[in-house]
Amino acid sequence: MTVGSAPSLLRFVTAGSVDDGKSTLIGRLLYDAKGLMRDQVRALGQGRNRTEPDEGDLDLALVTDGLEAEREQGITIDVAYRYFATPNRSFIIADAPGHEQYTRNLVTAASTADVVVVLVDAARTQGKPLKIQTRRHMTLAHMLGLTIVVAVNKMDAVGWSKSVFEDLASKARHLARALGAEPHAIVPISAKAGDNVVERRGTDAWYAGPTLMDVLETVPALDLAARGPLRMPVQRVAVQDGRRLYQGRVESGLVRVGDPVVVAPSRRTSTVAAIETFDGPLGVAVAGQSVSLVLADDLDVARGDLLAAPGVPLAHAVVADLCWLDETPWRPGTKYLLKQGAATSQARIDAIVHVRDVAGLSEARPADGLSLNDIAQVRLKAGMPLLADRFEDVPAVGGFVLIDPLTNQTAAAGMIQAAA
Amino acid sequence: MTTDVITRPARTPVGGGPPPGQARRPALDALDRLESEAIHILRDVAGHAARPALLYSGGKDSAVLLHIARKAFWPAPVPFPLLHVDTGHNFPDVIAYRDAQAAAIGADLLVARVEDSIARGTVRLARATDSRNAAQAVTLLEAIEEHGFDALFGGARRDEEKSRAKERIVSHRDSFGQWNPKAQRPELWNLYNARVQPGEHVRVFPLSNWTERDVWSYIAREAIPLPAIYFAHPRAVVRRGGLLVPVTDLTPPLPGETVETLSVRFRTVGDITCTCPVASTATDLAAIIDETDLADVSERGATRLDDQASEAAMERRKREGYF
Repeated sequence: MTVGSAPSLLRFVTAGSVDDGKSTLIGRLLYDAKGLMRDQVRALGQGRNRTEPDEGDLDLALVTDGLEAEREQGITIDVAYRYFATPNRSFIIADAPGHEQYTRNLVTAASTADVVVVLVDAARTQGKPLKIQTRRHMTLAHMLGLTIVVAVNKMDAVGWSKSVFEDLASKARHLARALGAEPHAIVPISAKAGDNVVERRGTDAWYAGPTLMDVLETVPALDLAARGPLRMPVQRVAVQDGRRLYQGRVESGLVRVGDPVVVAPSRRTSTVAAIETFDGPLGVAVAGQSVSLVLADDLDVARGDLLAAPGVPLAHAVVADLCWLDETPWRPGTKYLLKQGAATSQARIDAIVHVRDVAGLSEARPADGLSLNDIAQVRLKAGMPLLADRFEDVPAVGGFVLIDPLTNQTAAAGMIQAAA
Repeated sequence: MTTDVITRPARTPVGGGPPPGQARRPALDALDRLESEAIHILRDVAGHAARPALLYSGGKDSAVLLHIARKAFWPAPVPFPLLHVDTGHNFPDVIAYRDAQAAAIGADLLVARVEDSIARGTVRLARATDSRNAAQAVTLLEAIEEHGFDALFGGARRDEEKSRAKERIVSHRDSFGQWNPKAQRPELWNLYNARVQPGEHVRVFPLSNWTERDVWSYIAREAIPLPAIYFAHPRAVVRRGGLLVPVTDLTPPLPGETVETLSVRFRTVGDITCTCPVASTATDLAAIIDETDLADVSERGATRLDDQASEAAMERRKREGYF
């Protein structure tokens, strides 16, 4: 283990409506940052000849549209992950689809990202309100705790008009503020032409700000987990020489030998006698490390339990934000499987507090049903006590999924707001 | 009726230093985090699945995966068997390595042979020397059915190929072994859904987020042994379609081709009829990592005859059950 010298890692996701240029932007970033190999560039050339194509002939969206159906339809259906590095930073990019039908794939991508780059199409949005998918995506990204960066794309198509940019930047800022956020940066670009993405070119004299790459290389990567209270879900129990080793990953906080711990949900207490790994014992383990803990007392601890710092909140009922991700709507009264950490319990949605009106934002509509892509707040009751950490305080354990026990589909993503 | 403001996490930038009075915490580097993520995935799915197995070919990615599986379950042994789908067209050195590694850790090694599927008539090839690479899917699905596996760990990485870049870490297969890329389950945070109906299974890719460079760096850091063909050695090859094709009994030179002996190494190892080496003088891991940093052709682009056939070759094979 080294002490923080490696270049930092940033995970970001692109978002925005269909044809706003998300895949083209990622192709552009990779192409200009030399993140593509020669054979991969050849495959982007139209006509698919085996010679090196000119840059103008490249269909940059093909970098990530890796499925046959995507290439046939010219749209992105599911998330593609791409990996590249500059001298200053390593990146994992998730290229998410814009179609409303595939919103759940955007949610999948955003759940593991630090930053969202929301694209706005300058040519088609000028003088109009932001599109519904732009609103939906920014809402979801903010709920998932991402830092928001806005890229106003296709600036070449509006002649790099300062007034068009400022109008759209103001609308994007207004939307973010309505959600309780502040965009980290708003950048004018043309992904297709490569203007102001990696290279500072094409921009008009009025723009003196950073390129999109400048922003991505400097936006802080967030590591909330390191500062939270100890949370370690127990994934497995191993036995060695009569000792029981509780195996799991420290999802939040840190643990030292000698620290007091509480077992959830039994609330029994003990202290940490040892922190073991294949590579030898440790004195301290931090968020992100997979370890095996030995406790001083002989307690009944099983897979699905949680080792935590004293004071861990537990509740049978919680209020949670929920994104419905399944084509099968919510069936009132049905028990779903709730997966949180290493635990799976039965849970039932008791009441819908509200369903968010994505278009209006400011108004939430009452509802008695939940269907695909609905963003709601619900009251939920579980068969076993849930760990009631608020998602915004301890994202690693404040998030859960609901699984439909009939179909095994992942039906909803939830973020705990409060014990109820 | 309710506030429309969604409160957000009070985020703290990395590198801000520890709070006053608190000791400096050990920092995890990129490989530490990738290893820990893989351990978390292995433990999670192994805890849920009734009958998991780990796909093990003796190639470098499966060597890394097996090494991490040992770490994940230690002090217990790896709690599932290893499964190799053997085309019969192998580099002998790799098979010897496979057997030695499995024996060294006392693992249960199951070998499913494409030869047996040919004998059963479930695999039919036009010519005996045809590539058996695509036929592996049939043999694999037969092995899954025979043993009742419900979760298969594999060493595939998203950086290898465009359709792999699209796949979930835990990826559902129906009872015909088919992947439906247009209807993948959502996968949130690190909460994996490995639930299946009888006859279905999941493929699980703990190394999804690793790059080729990460794999080589980790092999060097952990001193993981590898088959010798991964290091530069002289080998008889012919130049074909921009690739160096090894000259073997199964892959003889075509009329008009000139056989040359060059210093080469394999970046990836698979069926002998479709895996090509790259020109290299790298005889140790440090030199391989240096070459990886300078490579301007992707791992599969430089080495695989089978993927060049069509843009969608891998996706089609994957939909049919290939790994």
